[in-house]
Amino acid sequence: MAIVAGWLVGTVARAMRVTPQGRILVLDVPEWPGNLAGQHLDLRLTAEDGYQAVRSYSIASFGEGTSVELAVDMLPDGEVSPYLVEDVEPGDMLEVRGPLGNFFVWRDSQTEPVQLIAGGSGIVPLVSIARAHRAAASTAKFRMLYSVRAPEDAYYASELAELVDDSFALDWVYTRTAPEGFARTAGRITRADIEASTLPVADNPLVYVCGPTGFVEAVARILVDLGHPAERIKTERFGGK
Amino acid sequence: MPEHAHQVNVPVTRVDGNAAAGPLGEILRLDITTAIGTCRHCGTAAALSEAVVERDAEGVIVLCRSCGHTLLTYISRDGRQYLEFAGLKSLNAATS
Repeated sequence: MAIVAGWLVGTVARAMRVTPQGRILVLDVPEWPGNLAGQHLDLRLTAEDGYQAVRSYSIASFGEGTSVELAVDMLPDGEVSPYLVEDVEPGDMLEVRGPLGNFFVWRDSQTEPVQLIAGGSGIVPLVSIARAHRAAASTAKFRMLYSVRAPEDAYYASELAELVDDSFALDWVYTRTAPEGFARTAGRITRADIEASTLPVADNPLVYVCGPTGFVEAVARILVDLGHPAERIKTERFGGK
Repeated sequence: MPEHAHQVNVPVTRVDGNAAAGPLGEILRLDITTAIGTCRHCGTAAALSEAVVERDAEGVIVLCRSCGHTLLTYISRDGRQYLEFAGLKSLNAATS
């Protein structure tokens, strides 16, 4: 099996503005070999003068098929994300390389409890994993903690709410603005949040953490402090210095 | 996920080993996100997905998350590829 198949041509099939700063893009990639839940791809743009820029994006879709879903958050100083969030339209072509990475993945053969913790657009690979869990009708105990600035910044909020059942629990942390009536005061995620709203060490969960570097470092430190073995914590970081 | 600038006067944003999976997968023919890399400087052995990666238009630099030393550098420029294993003592990867 080839590790990386090289660059594949994709066409933007749909582009949906879903948050003030972000869009969901669905690409049609005829040669896409399918992907595991949690994998990512590299996306390459080529300017008219030949200059190329490559970025990595997590994939929200999973499984077989040639439709590949991404959710892209705009970074103000970025050279790729503003184009993807503001300009690209259905019918536009771009190139992708992947799927990449077998580290931050979930397979439906896994039966252990899983805790998912997302910060901001770090939700993307975790949505993929949550979708795969539902699609497989897996009874593995899942719990998700999703930290966002404000309710309108959340990706996939209604879909996630619909996933909630006996084997999937969903908890929110709002860092700037909480919805009216929400019990917790807005603020950054704390040890108390993680203790109250994630699976306990006694369940020996596999923990997937994805978000900005500072968020991931803070959460991972708290998890280890609470007694989770480091090897049970999988992290994926983006941005930040 | 990662964003970074290509101009030399703009700092490169740090990401993680996932951003190196594409370019290094093509040249090394292995999944570096699951490969365990051992740092020559501090001896830490960890999946390279957890490493610090600085990526720009020409390549990637992979750094040990524990001690910050450079593990490897990959540059693709002017039709040439350059790979240097500065501080990567060993790489232990699954057979694909």
